[in-house]
Amino acid sequence: MTQATGALRQFKLPDVGEGLTEGEILQWLVAVGDTVAVNQPLCEVETAKAAVELPSPYAGRVVELLFDAGTMVDVGTPIITIDTGEGSEAPGGDPAPEPGGTGLIGETNANGRTAVLVGYGPRNTEARRRPRRTGDAVAARATSPQPVLPEADYGSGTDRPPLLTTAPDARTKPVRHGGLEVGRQAEAHAVRDDAAPAAAVTPGRRGPRPLAKPPVRKYAKDCGVDLTQVAGTGPNGTITRADVDAFRTAAAAPAPALAVVPAGQGEQRIPIKGVRKHTAAAMVASAFTAPHVTEFLTVDVTRMMKLRRRLAERPELAGVKVSPLLFVAKALLLAAARHPMVNSSWDEGSQEIVVHGQVNLGIAAATPRGLVVPNIKDAGRLSLAELAGALAELTETARAGRTAPADMTGGTITITNVGVFGVDTGTPILNPGESAILAFGAIREMPWVHKGKVKPRQVTQLALSFDHRIIDGELGSRFLADVGALLADPGAALAF
Amino acid sequence: MTALRHETDADIGDATEVVDPVPGAGAPHLPQQPDLVQLLTPEGERVEHPEYPLDISDDELRGLYRDLALVRRWDVEATALQRQGELGIWASLLGQEAAQVGAGRALQDGDMAFPTYREHGVAWARGVDPLHVMSLFRGVDNGGWNPVERGFNLYTIVIGAQCLHATGYAMGVQRDGAENAVLAFLGDGATSQGEVNEAMIFAASFSAPVVFFCQNNQYAISVPLERQSKVPLYQRAAGFGFPGVRVDGNDVLAVLAVTRNALRAAREGQGPTFIEAFTYRMGAHTTSDDPTRYRLADEVEQWKLRDPIARLKAYLSRSGLADAAFFDGVEAEADQLAARIRSGTVDMPDPRPTDMFDAVYAEQTPHLAAQRAAFEAYQASFEGGEH
Repeated sequence: MTQATGALRQFKLPDVGEGLTEGEILQWLVAVGDTVAVNQPLCEVETAKAAVELPSPYAGRVVELLFDAGTMVDVGTPIITIDTGEGSEAPGGDPAPEPGGTGLIGETNANGRTAVLVGYGPRNTEARRRPRRTGDAVAARATSPQPVLPEADYGSGTDRPPLLTTAPDARTKPVRHGGLEVGRQAEAHAVRDDAAPAAAVTPGRRGPRPLAKPPVRKYAKDCGVDLTQVAGTGPNGTITRADVDAFRTAAAAPAPALAVVPAGQGEQRIPIKGVRKHTAAAMVASAFTAPHVTEFLTVDVTRMMKLRRRLAERPELAGVKVSPLLFVAKALLLAAARHPMVNSSWDEGSQEIVVHGQVNLGIAAATPRGLVVPNIKDAGRLSLAELAGALAELTETARAGRTAPADMTGGTITITNVGVFGVDTGTPILNPGESAILAFGAIREMPWVHKGKVKPRQVTQLALSFDHRIIDGELGSRFLADVGALLADPGAALAF
Repeated sequence: MTALRHETDADIGDATEVVDPVPGAGAPHLPQQPDLVQLLTPEGERVEHPEYPLDISDDELRGLYRDLALVRRWDVEATALQRQGELGIWASLLGQEAAQVGAGRALQDGDMAFPTYREHGVAWARGVDPLHVMSLFRGVDNGGWNPVERGFNLYTIVIGAQCLHATGYAMGVQRDGAENAVLAFLGDGATSQGEVNEAMIFAASFSAPVVFFCQNNQYAISVPLERQSKVPLYQRAAGFGFPGVRVDGNDVLAVLAVTRNALRAAREGQGPTFIEAFTYRMGAHTTSDDPTRYRLADEVEQWKLRDPIARLKAYLSRSGLADAAFFDGVEAEADQLAARIRSGTVDMPDPRPTDMFDAVYAEQTPHLAAQRAAFEAYQASFEGGEH
């Protein structure tokens, strides 16, 4: 432990598993100004292995939360500042960063002691340059916010370590320099100029690990040379010490390599998290678990559209939106009652098919945060007016981003209304755990043979994807045909 | 410590309802099953067992409570320290305190215990300084205690390997003509390992003075016992040819009595015993594990009602053996212990890279000395700058 420079302590994100390199702050359990005790939970962090609470190593007052909830943070990056109210060293924990030493693993601190390699697993990043034990203690701050690469430090001819130097307070725009590891973060800055600390950006994963013997690897790391940028001349393309030296010489050559990537150009790297991450996982799980079959049906819905106008004038439906989606939902519910197996789940664990009986009707909704699928519980029991009200409420809540988690779980069958985007149809992927999903396309005026003559009619397409483990082609076809029949001739509902 | 990820630690098997109703399965009250040895019910009622009378003083009873409480506090602090980046990993014993303290306190001077990597309660009972265990999990050494002095071997990360060591050691005890016993610790998952079975076969064949103490904590990381064994584990002993007994692992008195009995039999030349301490791992397998992914909160809630410490506390208070002042005193002592563990852990000096050469042999060999010199030169090459 180094001497503290004051009462402010920073807690760095530890590796709570073995060998983890990053974690997402799910939520803060404390706020700025709160008084915290040792071992009081500060925040919840989700890693590749588990979601865990991080207990405070310090007692004191919270001064600053360095990252917002939802941010992906590199292990070893400070996440919170706590005022311990002491002038000197507090028991335990890492000290606040100080000039000339950041307490990074293996790095020499101001008092000459090397920080402990404990609590941090192996890292994939090679960003950390270990300063030499002798010579100027110029520390790289590879994972600290705002790494800067001042041009003037290149080839300056002094005997200081000729590579990365940092000016912790400088807010200079980061620049990219091929071959220097800091370039990775600079890159990230380039596209997210307005973003907060660079450390929040998920480290880029690049191609295969370059071949080099461990001493050379270490040498390159000490020099701050990124091996992925070095051409290897050894056996099998191995990078040798001479290659690293040659690269350094080239890098130190006057000028050219410092190219600035303006914001907004080039590729953009967006951290995968939140709804996007969740959606991706759900879609992959569904697509590779349930064998999907998709069937299509084109339906003349002219009568439905006429009925819709009439129904909209009825007092029972006053004040609610009588949308085509409402008819599709009602048709699906009626058809599902006739074919209960479509409203079911595959329970791999218990080797059972769960036939739900109750229909919790999911509606895929596009929201500013991404796709969410809230559902209407026990929709089969609702009257048309109640169903219309529920649909309106559900979509409004979803678009406002206020859908409660409970409303998104327990769905049993889903409708996705791709028609609102003006497309005809698609092959929807099942909401995980469900066995059927119905896509409802745009309603268009089309030439259609009606009573022996070609007439302009209002036509739409339905697509039904179903889990072929549970639903055979026959059942899927009959169900889809029933939905279509109800839309083509809503009067048929009387027969259901 | 990465080996922890590869192990197949198997602990208790939820004795499948069909074969052998688990004590208290499905109910907070663990209805006593015929084969389960229990001396203290989850409600803290003292019951007698004909084969396992327990002669214990009031001081010893209070001492057991203190052991349980302090060991739990240590465990909680260690888990927090891991979350703060001060330990590489921690294997929590939460819920298994009684099994470990009961077994540890059954040992006598001269006996030898062979732990897995979770036996912090046994380490405590053997007088190992908690900081010597913490240094292992902090990664600064391989365990700081002297195994011979403490009668407690170093932690073994490889699943089940210590059973072979224990049997071999017991065969040595036998050849020395010593009247000591050996206690081998293992988990339910380890019973699926080849070396565990080999160790039991050798132990049986030679009537070695070894007791196999299996903490069946129900899960081999994420695998429940019923996936590993079709019979209750203690019944397997019959196949090897020695007695097997199932004890309520959350009952420190029963564990103490059963283990004492088995160790005495071993010392007297009656050969091995297999003890299945039926318990539950309340926490994660290690700090790298997320148990919510493979078990239900409901199950954990049920086991909370079988807490090993709460039942002893209830018994002590109800029978007037301890008052509030006693419990407050233990709590204060626990907090002091936690503070000492915290400061002692974060202040541990880093090992020197050359330390690894020191404990290879008792005396340095020329070859080793040369390796060390070469390594020192290699290390030094990073300090200069040009190389």
